[in-house]
Amino acid sequence: MDIKDIIKPENIVYQKTKVLTNNVMHYCPGCSHGTVHKLIAEVVDEMGIQEKTIGISPVGCAVFAYNYMHIDWQQAAHGRAPALATATKRLYPDKYVFTYQGDGDLASIGTAEIMHACNRGENIVVIFINNAIYGMTGGQMAPTTLIGMKTSTTPYGRQADLNGYPLKITELIAQLEGTCFVTRQSVQTAAAARKTKKAIRKAFENSGQNKGTSFVEVVSTCNSGWKLTPVQSNTWMEENMFPFYPLGDIKDR
Amino acid sequence: MAEKVLKKGNEVIALGAIHCGCDGYFGYPITPQSEVMETLMEEKPWETTGMVVLQAESEIASINMVYGGACCGKKVMTSSSSPGMSLMCEGLSYLAGSELPCLTANIVRGGPGLGTIQPSQGDYFQAVKGGGHGDYKIIVLAPFSAQEMYDFVGLGFDLAFKYRIPVMLLTDGMIGQMMEKVELRPQQARLSDQEIAQRYGSWATTGKTPDRKENTITSLALDAKVHEALNHKLQAKYQEITEKEVRFETLFCEDAEYLLIAYGSMARICESTIEAARAQGIKLGLLRPITLFPFPTKEIQRMIPQLKGILSVELSAGQMVEDIRLAVEGKIPVSLFGRQGGMLPTPVEVLDAFKTNYI
Repeated sequence: MDIKDIIKPENIVYQKTKVLTNNVMHYCPGCSHGTVHKLIAEVVDEMGIQEKTIGISPVGCAVFAYNYMHIDWQQAAHGRAPALATATKRLYPDKYVFTYQGDGDLASIGTAEIMHACNRGENIVVIFINNAIYGMTGGQMAPTTLIGMKTSTTPYGRQADLNGYPLKITELIAQLEGTCFVTRQSVQTAAAARKTKKAIRKAFENSGQNKGTSFVEVVSTCNSGWKLTPVQSNTWMEENMFPFYPLGDIKDR
Repeated sequence: MAEKVLKKGNEVIALGAIHCGCDGYFGYPITPQSEVMETLMEEKPWETTGMVVLQAESEIASINMVYGGACCGKKVMTSSSSPGMSLMCEGLSYLAGSELPCLTANIVRGGPGLGTIQPSQGDYFQAVKGGGHGDYKIIVLAPFSAQEMYDFVGLGFDLAFKYRIPVMLLTDGMIGQMMEKVELRPQQARLSDQEIAQRYGSWATTGKTPDRKENTITSLALDAKVHEALNHKLQAKYQEITEKEVRFETLFCEDAEYLLIAYGSMARICESTIEAARAQGIKLGLLRPITLFPFPTKEIQRMIPQLKGILSVELSAGQMVEDIRLAVEGKIPVSLFGRQGGMLPTPVEVLDAFKTNYI
């Protein structure tokens, strides 16, 4: 049998969603961003909402998220994505609007914007990548950096008396009346990625039903910033991040 | 006959927005401009024209909501006063860098810092020279009456969309709080989503349809060559605006030997100064810039041969006077009369200042 006899449409078991572009991603090998991008693109494709989806990219490594999906994008100033999303969704109520933000963007400089957008119950989706470090600027301390964790601005490890405590922003967000779905997931295994995709799908469906703000945290790796191999990063995340940032739904109504 | 109302300058900014078919207002309270949002909330335009009105959590959020709305090709605006406008400068830089249309209004109060809630023109530099980071300009309109506050909302949006550039109404607490008769215009319909997609679909985030490529609004370009090209494009646009959009008004300038240059509330006071001067046989004229960027440089230069001197009259320590001096290039004397801290001079004080400098 020739290989051409096998490569036929009826034999396809998996193919890249057409919502993803063919651009080579700039993310480091082992980074979680690429997986999460793929999951979002698949959800948008499967729900048939490509024409209705507007993404807001952050400042940070994912600033270039707009290079990887065939949808309309707005590139926000650092931390302000929820403000852009608020206006966009209110001006286009039939559109699906999501922000894609890292921990520095969402949980440090953008705390006011995320809190108030969630508290108003804006019918948007928030994808929150928490890798406990600033990736793009070269590995500085993030609001979610764990105690003892070494970064370029905590070279001896984060100390509570010097640097304050890691911020469990997702638990805070869950307290807000405007949020309908708040969950914390990960993508280090195929099983975890499937759960995250389900959560993203639910978030987009909530938006379509105007149920309020849906917030999906993805506990992620930054092996370059953490100075570990991709495999070591996954293990380190499971052993250190998950105990402090436990996975699962925090709120679903 | 057109409807006439007696309203504050701030109130008619709100009416002007509704009547010109504005899609969204996002703001945060600050004295002396809070009447803009208060009037909008009272008018409830979301029930009539469908306009969105939202009180944001801060000026930073307000301008970024405007940024999001402008990305969508919608007619969106905000208003604030000096300390709030400082917070908005980051967002304005993004809007300018991304070539987006929007309208802002700065009802200036005295600074620096928390300053005072009294009128000032101390934000001229911030408005005209950029304010935020990077090489950018915005169109700055300086209304001097409630009627102009109303009219310039529509004009501002027209210019904003014509050039894809942020436009600012730069005025002060005096014009914002003063009640005057204002002639209203008929209600203009808001554009439908389909109309917006047709007009602005080449760049706006209206949703990627199969007939076009995805649109990305960004001011980021890490490649130096690409980024310089973007800057050159912006500068070419500012040059075109400088050539085509200068607006000003003159009073008694035909035979003037001396010239007052003043905008906004100071121009109102200077009108009376000119009358008093003429009654004393002094050939004094008034040039009132209506656009501060672009500045009426050429008009000033055209008048130089007939002039013996210019007095810049400002509610600041001397900001616009620098642009006048750049225009005059040392050919005739240019002096300054400025009051600060919310102090408004009388017409006679301005005349005395003029005489001290030139007579």
